[in-house]
Amino acid sequence: MTTFLQQLVNGLSLGSIYALIALGYTMVYGVLRLINFAHGDVYMVGAYVGYYLSRLLQRKEPSLASALLVMLGSMIACALLGVLIERLAYRPVRKEARLTLLITAIGVSLFIENVAQLVFGPDPKFFPSLAPRTDFRFGGMRLTSEQITVIAVSLLLMVLLRFFIMKTRTGKAMRAVSFSLDAAKLMGISTDWIISVTFALGSALAASGGVLIAMQIPKVDPLMGIPYGLKAFVAAVLGGIGSVPGAVLGGLLIGTSEVMVVGYLSSTYRDAIAFGILILVLILRPQGLLGRVHKEKV
Amino acid sequence: MRGWIAAAGVFVGLLFLNGVFVGSVFPGFALPPYLLQVLCLAGINITLAVSLNLINGFTGQFSIGHAGFMAIGAYASAYFTVTFGEALRSALGFLPEFARDGAVLLVALTIGAVLASIAGFFVGVPSLRLRGDYLAIVTLGFGEIIGVVILNIDAVGGARGYSGIPKLANFFWIYLFAAATVLVVHRIVHSSFGRTLVAIREDEIAAEAMGVHTTRAKVISFVVSSAMAGVAGGLFAHYLMYINVRSFTFLKSFEIIIMIVIGGLGSITGSVLGAVLYISLTEGLREFAQYRMVLFSLLLIILMIVRPQGILGHKEFVTFLTKRRRSLGAAPGTPGA
Repeated sequence: MTTFLQQLVNGLSLGSIYALIALGYTMVYGVLRLINFAHGDVYMVGAYVGYYLSRLLQRKEPSLASALLVMLGSMIACALLGVLIERLAYRPVRKEARLTLLITAIGVSLFIENVAQLVFGPDPKFFPSLAPRTDFRFGGMRLTSEQITVIAVSLLLMVLLRFFIMKTRTGKAMRAVSFSLDAAKLMGISTDWIISVTFALGSALAASGGVLIAMQIPKVDPLMGIPYGLKAFVAAVLGGIGSVPGAVLGGLLIGTSEVMVVGYLSSTYRDAIAFGILILVLILRPQGLLGRVHKEKV
Repeated sequence: MRGWIAAAGVFVGLLFLNGVFVGSVFPGFALPPYLLQVLCLAGINITLAVSLNLINGFTGQFSIGHAGFMAIGAYASAYFTVTFGEALRSALGFLPEFARDGAVLLVALTIGAVLASIAGFFVGVPSLRLRGDYLAIVTLGFGEIIGVVILNIDAVGGARGYSGIPKLANFFWIYLFAAATVLVVHRIVHSSFGRTLVAIREDEIAAEAMGVHTTRAKVISFVVSSAMAGVAGGLFAHYLMYINVRSFTFLKSFEIIIMIVIGGLGSITGSVLGAVLYISLTEGLREFAQYRMVLFSLLLIILMIVRPQGILGHKEFVTFLTKRRRSLGAAPGTPGA
């Protein structure tokens, strides 16, 4: 029983990172109907910005303030990157066929990955620890301080996001755009601005996920965005793409099932489980757990 | 009748070229082995690109797991040749040497194609019922799963890769199958079934309203495309004599996509052009290997912004030059779309 609980905690901690990344996928899909392939790479850039910031701050003792600074810095940098990607690559082709948009997204993803290999170097780098590590024990379970940080930070960010979307004017506009872009435009909403805000928010969340995972593993490498990006996307589809609570639920489910498969079956199948789930979801409930059915109209 | 003469002409012509390149026709002249290898890999990529164009370009669905089907074809056919090749060869003892090689290769490729198309069926059925972008992500995931599964099969070498495959494929076989792929896709696209595929690409709902069984048509097109990728994988294995899972990751799928997008989605000659261009550029830029993919990805983004239909668009090469005939499937009222 304690092993099971231990696995559950590990799974929830991994799952909250998937959830943070999945939120970006689902939000962008909500406003643009686009699978943003470059999202996983934004997450990787977030981890690298965190890496360089913490190297910069490492002269001092690891403290909560520097950890906070690293996290915020990388979130801001990635928010800018997300807005830049949308402005330079996606906006010029937004009116084209959806296939064109998808190919552009693949191009952006390949571009970031390859530039990252040039700039950051192809080898993984060791991520310095930001805060002193302590282990907490409950019964037979072991909770590391990183796991607690991951769960707490992602919970906080999700609550903030929920507040932003439901209670602010911009959030309301965002919901309107995701309901119908054209109608929102007719109502006087500046859709370009809302799309930019969506990319900024999603990318910032991905960056926080990047820093959190880099603290845990603890390393960064230029292709780390691919497996996490893919699984987070599966999480978004599982929860119902376009649905914000769905992304969180999907992330937690994917993370937990991955850890359970590794713990009870075999670690070689850890990357296959998410896609097995994806295919099952598509057969049984294509709109996802919390998604709404969209009737396609002419 | 004309078709058969043309086919015989291609057959003899390829045999002759093969002889010239390996140096058995004109003594003293042979293509440098490096050039011959580049040429052969280009041929395999033509098969891959043209087959992917059937689903991505003509049917308008977006698969990014073509390398996964290629991997199935490669591993299945290689496993057959290594395990049963000798037995089949001795059973066919009455045939001359090259015919026995050919027979083993053909059986191996058939097995690879059949297995790849079965996989295509099981991937296609759940995802093709839904909107286009689900296929993209399912095929991507499928490619990853195939990699994981192959890594765990020790009989085909797992992570060490699979070596000891006899070299049965050569220039002749590779280009014979490239020509066959071009012919088959050309015939499909110009049949009434091909018109339904183009109709699905242009407007799925309208096609459905016209009585097209869209899911069925999409699945058939996907299965045919997967089978051809399986053949290409089999040729790849029997040409290089060694395969590794790392050759079939999604980066390979992205490469094939870049080829067809550069050439023009929905243009067979465009895919051939794209494959040849891509291979020439990658080989030509070998010294700048680390900048190569940066260049290609940037090219892809810029191409999407400036000319989203690719170099040839929906047109075939001849029509592109003369611009007289309307190209297949160009939307009415949009000349040159």
